[in-house]
Amino acid sequence: MTDLSGWGGFPSHPATLANPVTQADLARAIADGAVIARGNGRAYGDSAIGLRQTVLMHGLNHMISFDRQSGFLVAEAGVLLRDVITAFLPHGWFPPVTPGTKFVTLGGMIAADVHGKNHHKDGSFRNFVDWLDVMDANGVVHHCNRTENAQLFEWTIGGMGLTGVILRAGIRLRPVPSAWIRQTSQALPNLDAVITAFEGADAATYSVAWIDCVSRGASLGRSILMLGEHATPDALSDDAARYPFEIPDKTKRTVPFAMPFSLLNSLSVRAFNGLYYWNGRRKAGVSFVDYDTYFYPLDAILGWNKIYGRRGFMQFQCVLPLETARDGLRALLKATSLAGAGSFLAVLKRFGPQDSAFSFPMLGYTLALDFPATPRMIALMRKLDQITLEHGGRFYLAKDSRMDPDTLHASDPRVAEFKQMRQAFGATDAFQSKQSERLFL
Amino acid sequence: MSKGTLLLLGAKSDIGRAIAHRFAAAGYDIQLAARDSDTLEATKTDLALRHNIAVSAHDFDVLQTDTHAGFVDALPALPDIVVCAIGLMGDQIANEQDFEAATRVMRSTYEGPAHILGLLANRFDARGSGQIVGISSVAGNRGRAKNYVYGSAKAGFTAYLSGLRNRMAKRGIHVMTVLPGFVNTQMTAGMDLPEKLTAEPEEVATAVFNGLRKGRNIIYVRSIWFVIMTIIGSIPERIFKKMNI
Repeated sequence: MTDLSGWGGFPSHPATLANPVTQADLARAIADGAVIARGNGRAYGDSAIGLRQTVLMHGLNHMISFDRQSGFLVAEAGVLLRDVITAFLPHGWFPPVTPGTKFVTLGGMIAADVHGKNHHKDGSFRNFVDWLDVMDANGVVHHCNRTENAQLFEWTIGGMGLTGVILRAGIRLRPVPSAWIRQTSQALPNLDAVITAFEGADAATYSVAWIDCVSRGASLGRSILMLGEHATPDALSDDAARYPFEIPDKTKRTVPFAMPFSLLNSLSVRAFNGLYYWNGRRKAGVSFVDYDTYFYPLDAILGWNKIYGRRGFMQFQCVLPLETARDGLRALLKATSLAGAGSFLAVLKRFGPQDSAFSFPMLGYTLALDFPATPRMIALMRKLDQITLEHGGRFYLAKDSRMDPDTLHASDPRVAEFKQMRQAFGATDAFQSKQSERLFL
Repeated sequence: MSKGTLLLLGAKSDIGRAIAHRFAAAGYDIQLAARDSDTLEATKTDLALRHNIAVSAHDFDVLQTDTHAGFVDALPALPDIVVCAIGLMGDQIANEQDFEAATRVMRSTYEGPAHILGLLANRFDARGSGQIVGISSVAGNRGRAKNYVYGSAKAGFTAYLSGLRNRMAKRGIHVMTVLPGFVNTQMTAGMDLPEKLTAEPEEVATAVFNGLRKGRNIIYVRSIWFVIMTIIGSIPERIFKKMNI
């Protein structure tokens, strides 16, 4: 037994681990039921902590084939996204959708059906998954795609590992002209301005806004909007153009240990938010940044999650439909800044249409905030849950660590159907996480 | 552009595979060797895809010493580096009663590895270049009741590497001994190992890669193990024999 938690460090549960390196090992590990597969542990809460046993997937991490002409990759679920980039970016291929860290496994990306800064254009990761091999409770492997075992395919994507264990996947990478992004950033004085700017930026490949959630009144929701395009070599400096798929080495910074207390308090968060905004405003305009800096700024600080101290932290991420987004976001930001909570990192993103069984995204706006794991913040997050419900929004399970089942079930009519499908797949008892137990999934 | 070729003996071991990935990432071509080489197919493809290098897989049984020369002859090229990650721990209690089992541990851990490395050393000598890495164990530093069958074989292997290094130093061929301490592998799965003393296979691989670059002779992966083994080594025998460590 060892204590296991998600990326947020909260909650933490004693857990038994299995470490399969073959398919037979895996079948044995799940035979006794109440297990969940765990990729690289980047879900924030308790999504990847098994009820009885947690099955570590990093031993099943072979790349199986890659077609350099079409960019089609077949790989085992435990392969890290970082390794996909390292192997194939030099040949001009990049993940079609990427979350804010490259330290996730392909299996985890599919189970959470991750989205990226291009969701408004390209949708979630699901759109680039052609097929899956999924192991059921009896250790039988089912090949599934949009026509064959289509139900299993649809509900496994975004199904948080609760329909079976994803073993292998066939995914399509996207061709890119270089390892660089042409970034255009813009400072926007308030929420209305940033939403208007998002609505006008539909053509951009990537878009995301960092939002100051400390400021109030007329500057409530002031943001730095960052748009991005893959840069063509001719736009790069001579050095970069000569080796368009290479980026400069970076010094990695490490947070050496969990602070006994949080470095973040309302004062430092306020100062940081202010600085970030003014700095963004000063640097507004066009710049060229390498993919690592653009997509994965936090990966450069290994163990950044420890800055919240030993008690850990929580993420709140919801999506609101287009029609209610403006009002809903205003209410969420107001509640946050009134609580004097102020999140260190707050991210706003426009989603495009989404057509899938159980994935998180929907046409609208998503807001992600993080808070230290304290009772006061949990109370605030309940308030934010309520506002989200009132505006017809829903929640991202990969970020959740403390929601109550009523909130989830009220937010998402698909939950009932998801439970039925789990029953139909014979997965209800076999695959259970601390999260699925907490949320009655 | 290939940086050279590394032959990995014991390609199914976790440490071995981590070493293959580390060198492949640096541009080395890899020759994988283990029993039932068809089971290496997945590792072979994975290495080639990730690192864009040439990989081959070869049947090798460390206990069939009469096949070793033929094995080396059949390699596509004489490697620049050989890493031997072969060893069999067995079960100490069983080894105390079943001498066949004990012999298998000794032969797999000492006789076989020494045989193939000696053979390769002579080939390297004839060519005038080569680097030899033996993954031994701190278990060989002092025999303990808990694992002396395995430990004695590792002691023999460590001494063999030391002598080979001494002989080859004048011939421009480098021999490096690796004493990893606890490593989180299939071999130690289920054992309750102290976290601070337990390295991941990738850590061993990086230590081997860096150690070889610097021309190190004997490396402990985590330096705490040097301290521990120095202390264990200095305990007087009359006290040591009554201890339970």
